[in-house]
Amino acid sequence: MRKSDHFFILLLTMATLFLVSLVDTARGVAESTVRMDRTRSLISQLGLSDPALFTEARYTRHLSQADLHSAFQDHPMAMEHFPSGSLLMPPQHEAGK
Amino acid sequence: MSFIRRQRYLVDYILSSMLRRKGKNFGLMLVYSLIVFMLASVMLFTHALKQEMGLLLQASPEIILQRMVAGRHDFIPETYLEKMGRIRGVTERKGRLWGYLYDPSVKANYTLMVAEDQALDATEVIIGSAIARARGIVPGDYITFRSFDGESYSFQIKSLLDHETEIVSADLVLLNRKAYRALFGVGEGVYTDIVLSVSNAREVPKIAEKLVQRLPDTRPILKQEVLRTYDAIFSWRQGILFVLLAGAIMAFVIFAWDKASGLSAEEKREIGILKSIGWETSDVLHMKFWEGAVVSLLSFFIGYLFAYLHVFYASASLFEPVLKGWAVLYPQFQLIPSVDGLQVATLFFFTVFPYVVATIIPIWQVAITDPDAVMR
Repeated sequence: MRKSDHFFILLLTMATLFLVSLVDTARGVAESTVRMDRTRSLISQLGLSDPALFTEARYTRHLSQADLHSAFQDHPMAMEHFPSGSLLMPPQHEAGK
Repeated sequence: MSFIRRQRYLVDYILSSMLRRKGKNFGLMLVYSLIVFMLASVMLFTHALKQEMGLLLQASPEIILQRMVAGRHDFIPETYLEKMGRIRGVTERKGRLWGYLYDPSVKANYTLMVAEDQALDATEVIIGSAIARARGIVPGDYITFRSFDGESYSFQIKSLLDHETEIVSADLVLLNRKAYRALFGVGEGVYTDIVLSVSNAREVPKIAEKLVQRLPDTRPILKQEVLRTYDAIFSWRQGILFVLLAGAIMAFVIFAWDKASGLSAEEKREIGILKSIGWETSDVLHMKFWEGAVVSLLSFFIGYLFAYLHVFYASASLFEPVLKGWAVLYPQFQLIPSVDGLQVATLFFFTVFPYVVATIIPIWQVAITDPDAVMR
C-alpha cells in the first residue's frame, strides 16, 4: 500500500468520525429527553430559577436573583474574592438600568 | 484520471519528505491539534451549556417577585398576595420559602427550600446528590444543621433528589415549612419571595408593570431576564476563556507562520533540485499545498474529535475547576451533545485556511525563481 493510500484512509476515517459526531448530536437529544423532562418538572414544581453550577457564594448560586452590586453586598468596602465572581457579568435586568 | 494519479504521487512524495523531518512535523501537529482542541472544547461546552440552560429554564416561573428594603432583598409579607389583587393572566401565585445554610463540616453552602408537595415531616429532609457525595450520607442517615439560635436540629434523610437533575438540584435541601421557620427563626406570615405563573408569555411585561404599581417596594424578575442573564453569562465566559487562550493562539500563529513561511536552506535546495529535474512551478505549489493540507486537516480533525469526546463524554472535566471556583458542591452532569454548524465552520476556516495559505505563498516566491539561483 502506498503512503498516500494510508493518508487518504486516515483522512476519510477522520471525516467519517466528524460526521458521526454530528449524527451523535441528534441521537443525544433523543436520549436525554427523559432526563430533561425530569429536570424540567423539578424546576417547575419547586419554581427554581438558576442552575447549581456556582455554589461557592450566595450571590453566585442564584445569579438571576442577585443585585447589581452583589459582589459588594457583604459590606460597602467588601471586595469581590470568589473566582466565579471575577468571571461573571452583572445580571441583565440590572445592567440595562 | 491522470490528475488524480499525479496528486497521489505528490502526496506520496510530500509524506516521505515530512517523515524525514518527523520530530518537527509531529511536534507542529501536536501543538496545532491542542490549540484546536482547546478552542473547540470552549466552543462546544459553552454552546451546549447555553442550549441546555435555555431549554431547562423554560420551566422556571414567569415572574419572581422580591421585596426590596434599602436596596436589598428582604422577606415579603404574606399579605402582599392579597395586596397585589387579582391580575388578569396570572394563573397561579404562591409564596416560596428558601435560604442558604453554610455547613462548616464540609465548608459548603446549601440551598434550603420548603417543598410543600413532598409531604415531609418536620424531622425529614430530601437532599441533592452532591450533598450526599460531599457528606458521604445515604437515605436513612441523619444530617444536623445549626439553627439561628445555636440549637442543633437533626433531620433524617428521606430520599435523594434524582441524580439526573443534579445540574439544578446538586445543593438543594428540601424540608418542611415548620422546620424551615424553626431553623432560620423566620416567623409566620412572611415568604422569601412570591412566584407567579402566567399563561400568556406576551402579557408578562404588562403584569410586571402592574405589580410594581401596586407594590412599589417590590422587584419583579422575569423569566426572559433569567434566560438572558444565563445566555450572556456563558457568552461572557466563552469570551474570557478565548482571551486567556489568545496568548497561546498568538504563540502558535508565530510558530506556525515561521514554520510554514520561513523556508530553510534545505527546503530551498530541495525545490531547486526538483525544478532542475523537470518539476514545473505548479507541481511544486501542489506539493506544498498538500503539505499544508496534511498538517492542518489532520490537526483540525484530531483536535475537534478529542474536544467532542472531552465535552460530551468526559463531562468537560478540564473546565470543572474554572466553573467550580472554590465551591465544594459541584453537579455531575452530562450535557446534551449539540453543535453549532456556523461555529464549527468558523473554527475550520480560521485554523485550516491560514495555515495552507502561509505554506503556499513563500513556496511560490521560491518556485518562480531560477533553480540555479535557488540551489546556490
